[in-house]
Amino acid sequence: MADESMYQEIILDHYRQPHHKGLREPYDVEVHHVNPTCGDEVTLRVAVAGGVVTDVSYDGQGCSISQASTSVMTDLVIGKPVQDALRTSEVFLELMQSRGTIEPDEAVLEDGIAFAGVSKYPARVKCALLGWMAWKDATAQAVAGSSEGAAHV
Amino acid sequence: MTAGALLTAPYDVHAVRADFPILSRQVGGRPLVYLDNASSSHKPTQVLDAERAFVEQHYSNVHRGVHTLSQEATDAYEAARDTVAAFLGAVDPHEVVFTKNATEAYNLVAYSFGNAAAGSAFSLGPGDEVCVTEMEHHSNLVPWQMLCERTGATLRWIPLTDDGRLDLTDLDTLVNERTKMLAFVHVSNILGTKNPVDVLVARARQVGAYVLVDGAQSAPHEAVDVQALGADFFVLTGHKMLAPSGIGVLWGRRELLDAMPPFLGGGSMIEVVQMSGSTYAPAPERFEAGTPVISQAVALAAACDYLQEIGLDRIAAHEAQLTSRILAGLSELSGVRVIGPDSTEMRGAAVSFAIDGVHPHDIGQSLDELGIAVRVGHHCAAPVCRRYGVPATTRASSYLYNTEAEVDVLLEGIATVQAFWRV
Repeated sequence: MADESMYQEIILDHYRQPHHKGLREPYDVEVHHVNPTCGDEVTLRVAVAGGVVTDVSYDGQGCSISQASTSVMTDLVIGKPVQDALRTSEVFLELMQSRGTIEPDEAVLEDGIAFAGVSKYPARVKCALLGWMAWKDATAQAVAGSSEGAAHV
Repeated sequence: MTAGALLTAPYDVHAVRADFPILSRQVGGRPLVYLDNASSSHKPTQVLDAERAFVEQHYSNVHRGVHTLSQEATDAYEAARDTVAAFLGAVDPHEVVFTKNATEAYNLVAYSFGNAAAGSAFSLGPGDEVCVTEMEHHSNLVPWQMLCERTGATLRWIPLTDDGRLDLTDLDTLVNERTKMLAFVHVSNILGTKNPVDVLVARARQVGAYVLVDGAQSAPHEAVDVQALGADFFVLTGHKMLAPSGIGVLWGRRELLDAMPPFLGGGSMIEVVQMSGSTYAPAPERFEAGTPVISQAVALAAACDYLQEIGLDRIAAHEAQLTSRILAGLSELSGVRVIGPDSTEMRGAAVSFAIDGVHPHDIGQSLDELGIAVRVGHHCAAPVCRRYGVPATTRASSYLYNTEAEVDVLLEGIATVQAFWRV
């Protein structure tokens, strides 16, 4: 099949064996994001402590791109300071909006570079961003609410 | 196929294909296999030529002026109405309202009912009911949900059986003396199911409910006679039946259309306008406020002529052969499940299916690499996906220009997809 350019082996690996999947405790914020045009959905939990993303867990259903991208995202943000993780998400967003014109930086995006080909398919970009957007939403809420100390354990 | 083709001649699909320029293009270096017709159809040269000739030779605004072009444009626009009326078996062209699409037609009826004065034949309130089915396209569901929200009426729906049919067990309860409107799809865009209009109309008549039939997926594929169907309203959309986008049709019984309140206000739909208030034109002008979709209406008429020259019965028979071949082929593939009726009995040409272990978006993307265009997603019928426990489906839908060879390309493509995804 000729579509290897989009379905990189890295993506297929993450799709078949996703990292950090399954909802875990403790967490600070849980969000549920859907893609209304295709029905893909993700429930995602974030735990933040001392300005560091201590855990991201998730469950959901969707295509290989959305599931693999969420798996890669957890590898890239768990254990990172929130500010560093947000910068990484901006780099990934820029790559996905590039329509294939950006050469991705493996030092920053690690397995995320496999999604460079997806950026050439505008209809699928939203799939690749579903988990990232859920994480950003949950993290922003967690940071905003951290002074209230309302963790779920 | 050119004008004058004999209705009795064998169906020559290759002659039909020659009328559609886009069918000769390639996608990704392979011949295009277009099986997304339930979403939108392609346009034959005859339709494109008719629209172009009208715009180049006769175009002007309609119902507006005394100059020659205005009269010619008005004549063409009204002739298009006559053609569509005849296409639907309507007794009176005044029963044909041009809209921008099917969605606008459902909203027109729903908002008109919502605008009716309390106590009129069309008004709804708490205690009244609207009944739809669980297999409606969102366009024939959400407007009724909104109407019920505005008026306090109750929405009910006919559920589905496991094999993709309406479950009519409780029809007499669901459609009852409180029901003001029964709105249902003639042929489902996602399941392919063809619904028993006679049974549903008979029940509606027993209780005095109005009936609206969504014909977006039936009118392009089979001969429709609105008199025989017996409903009060019938809706179609042009772009699914070889016409351009931007043109839809609401057919309604004249005595109803003439009595219903307007939906959109503006020019053309009025009788007498004073600062203190206005009176309204009779149908169809009452429901065609503003400059209408003129050249698209002319093109729709050309599409009706084209379909009738080939013969809708012959088109339906051709599609039934293709659908039968798709269903048989899918049934031989392990790990593939049809969502909807698995035979051609009371069925249209849209076939939805699921492949175990592969998400529809990945199926659609992989098939596109093979030049095959199918639709993936919930097809604007999300409750149907929920009912059958799938997030989305892959849908192949054929039309008059598809071939058995294309069906085989699809079936081979599905096997290739399964191999690629190792399922």
